[in-house]
Amino acid sequence: MRAAAAENPLREGLERLPVHPTTLVIFGATGDLCNRKLLPAIYNLAHEGQLPERFSLIGTSRAELTDAQFRDQFAQSVRAFSRREPDKKVLKALLENVRYVSGAFDDADVYAQIAQALADCDEVAGQALNRCFYLSTAPAFFPVIVGRLGEARLVRDPHAEIRIVIEKPFGTTLAEATDLNSKVLSVFNESQVFRIDHYLGKETVQNVLAFRFANSLFEPVWNRNAIDSVQITAAEDLGIGTRAGYYDGAGALRDLVQNHMMQLLCLIAMEPPVHFNATEIRDEKVKVLRSIHTPQVQDIASMAVHARYTKGTVSGEDVPGYLQEQGVPSKSKTETFAALRLEVDNWRWAGVPFYLRTGKRLARKVTEITITLKPVPHLAFVQDGTVGVRPNQLVLTLQPNEGVSLSLGAKIPGTRMGIRPVNMEFLYGTAFMSQSPEAYERLILDAMRGDATLFTRNDEIEQQWRIIDPIIASWKRARSKVPQYEAGSQGPEAANEILLPGHSWRAI
Amino acid sequence: MTAAAIDKVWRGTDTNPGEIAQSLAGLLSEVHRENPQYVPARVINLICVVDKQWSGEIANRLRGVGRYHGSRTIVCSVTPGRKTLDAVATITAPAEVERGELGLLRETVVVQCGEKHLDHLDSIVDPLVVTDLASCVWSPHGHPDAVDSLLDLAQVVLTDSTDYPDVRAAITRNRELAKRSYIVDLAWLRSTPWRERLATTFDPPRLRAELPNLCDIRIRHAPESEIAGLLLAGWLASRLDWRVKPLKYENGALTGSAKAHAHDVAIRLEVDESLKVRGLAGFALKTTTGREFGLARGDGGLRASSRNGDDRERHWTVFGASRGEPGILGEGIRQALLREQTYGPALHRAEIMLPTVAP
Repeated sequence: MRAAAAENPLREGLERLPVHPTTLVIFGATGDLCNRKLLPAIYNLAHEGQLPERFSLIGTSRAELTDAQFRDQFAQSVRAFSRREPDKKVLKALLENVRYVSGAFDDADVYAQIAQALADCDEVAGQALNRCFYLSTAPAFFPVIVGRLGEARLVRDPHAEIRIVIEKPFGTTLAEATDLNSKVLSVFNESQVFRIDHYLGKETVQNVLAFRFANSLFEPVWNRNAIDSVQITAAEDLGIGTRAGYYDGAGALRDLVQNHMMQLLCLIAMEPPVHFNATEIRDEKVKVLRSIHTPQVQDIASMAVHARYTKGTVSGEDVPGYLQEQGVPSKSKTETFAALRLEVDNWRWAGVPFYLRTGKRLARKVTEITITLKPVPHLAFVQDGTVGVRPNQLVLTLQPNEGVSLSLGAKIPGTRMGIRPVNMEFLYGTAFMSQSPEAYERLILDAMRGDATLFTRNDEIEQQWRIIDPIIASWKRARSKVPQYEAGSQGPEAANEILLPGHSWRAI
Repeated sequence: MTAAAIDKVWRGTDTNPGEIAQSLAGLLSEVHRENPQYVPARVINLICVVDKQWSGEIANRLRGVGRYHGSRTIVCSVTPGRKTLDAVATITAPAEVERGELGLLRETVVVQCGEKHLDHLDSIVDPLVVTDLASCVWSPHGHPDAVDSLLDLAQVVLTDSTDYPDVRAAITRNRELAKRSYIVDLAWLRSTPWRERLATTFDPPRLRAELPNLCDIRIRHAPESEIAGLLLAGWLASRLDWRVKPLKYENGALTGSAKAHAHDVAIRLEVDESLKVRGLAGFALKTTTGREFGLARGDGGLRASSRNGDDRERHWTVFGASRGEPGILGEGIRQALLREQTYGPALHRAEIMLPTVAP
């Protein structure tokens, strides 16, 4: 009989799977990330009926607020930043389940208050609710909060699952990341830890997996025999805006390459998992990272380039250089452009260069992965008077206009056998009606559900830093000036120096 | 992108499908030439068969579906006695497209036809659909002959069991259609939040163990939504392997029982006269162990209640905004691209539960 089975027979056929009743505790509840992303995401989950049936939220922060004031702030955030006009009734019902605890993160009394608030939520619900601690604070507080949660005995409960969500950056060097991992894992088990890289919550990034593993067309050529090179570009036309404080301490390599672009590289290079679950996906990604050699000091100049934008013109507007941006120290050595050549030294990819490139104030905003196939071995066609036969390129565009295009050689109409490249294009926006949820909506729900597939594991983080650390250290040691590129350009000329012969950067 | 739109229109009188298709292709080329950022959406063909006198109401409903619309909508507007075909093809483009963004085009073809065309409506519609896209037929004013003629062309039939004159007619017709096509029943979709909440309530392992102990279900529904109650009861019966038998009308309610593994389950479907929209008003469940669960419409979501063996009653709100009727139609179009497998068994159990004697 179905009802006696271990599985819940009522779940079958439902698109939205049940999420266990949960209390979400947000540390840094008055911060920018919480206001702009987390609270609107939680509202949208409520609007769509996706929150757990019993849900409470406890915000905590240093700011002295009453429950009512925090609820007001919550409502204002939703009105300002939600992707949809809020439904008053839903918002009102949601806010009734919101409370606030104020105090410093190193104050043991705060945790006693949180424990009491959690117990109250359980009492109202008549059951032990799962607990999800979300650390949306400055990274310096991560070890403090984790330690205090442990001391307050809030990390284990025989009747409920307890999880912790940690925002990036997860360290700024390998040593810091290892140290933080060790502190977190001295209190929580790895299975309780959800390290956010919101990039993985984007539909467009998950589509890379669907593209690779739901289509048999590409697998036969997805290796060193057919692929000449892979380029991953994350270009922005914007500058640093108001983020000088954060950005000048991070730079392009830490801001985008160490986490987001490494994730894309892993998704492109990983072996097919047997099952689409957290352990297997993350195992395969870690294998890719382990296949990338630690850059040696003597090799860094030939495989990594950094640069900084100077004043220029973007979209017809004159823009200042990085050093002239508000809040940037005049002696800053921070890079706003980084390009790397990496090799994934395994059976599938040995000898195929993976080029990674990111920068601010480039010619346009685009995130794409370009896979260039090897040229045909013999060409029987005359190429005079045409641009000629080019290697096929498969381009996965993540933004804007997410899609896939494949360049093919086609005959130019006429009496001669002239060939030129044409594009076969597919645009996701034309084929799906759905509006993609915000990355944070998906990730908050997954964390409450306990699905870690789209979160980064400790060994993954450490492997990323192992690759990035020597490059940062080398750039830091360099006495020469940071190379420059004009705002609105394709990036520095020096980026070409890391390309292997016959390769060129795809135009941004 | 702004909400304003630009329409390209072609009109033909005494026309034919080939000419309509050619004109539509011409309009698409023209729009694309004017702005390469305009691209046609390629998701689903939606074929609507409507009575001309009610076509305005249907147009309003289609306008309200939001983002879940057919990428090419073909409306066959039926006028009694009409012998020839007239058509209007429209391509709607957003008036402004931001740099680097796409402007998605919506294509609509309205074909004025007569009853004489309905038996072979497929020969008119076939040249007009986008090949290789899924096609969905929606015939809100009946016309079963037209739907039948389109079943080889379309993979999905969108229906609303609540539109039928009685539940038996709805169930019989849907069971018949399900043999040839995938059915998306709006009456079923209206019950999705209720089914989700039932699944959630019984998802924790300790409560999952209570599922075999369910012994009493009472479902309240809107005055003309008896089918909604029957489908929900049918769903529970099919998911929990209850043996069902015909229900009976008794004091204005539909009552009876089903056989669970170890005991009988009392079933009662009653009308909630206060509910002015289609669908369910609420339900209450009891178990042999003394637990009770309830769910009813409320502000800001569904209002849930539970009572444990200790007699303590709890109430809470299950968050969620109402999608409204236009939202339900949009959800139906979206569901046409999915395949949900629990409706068929629920419909089958609902058919068995149909009362043999009318009220």
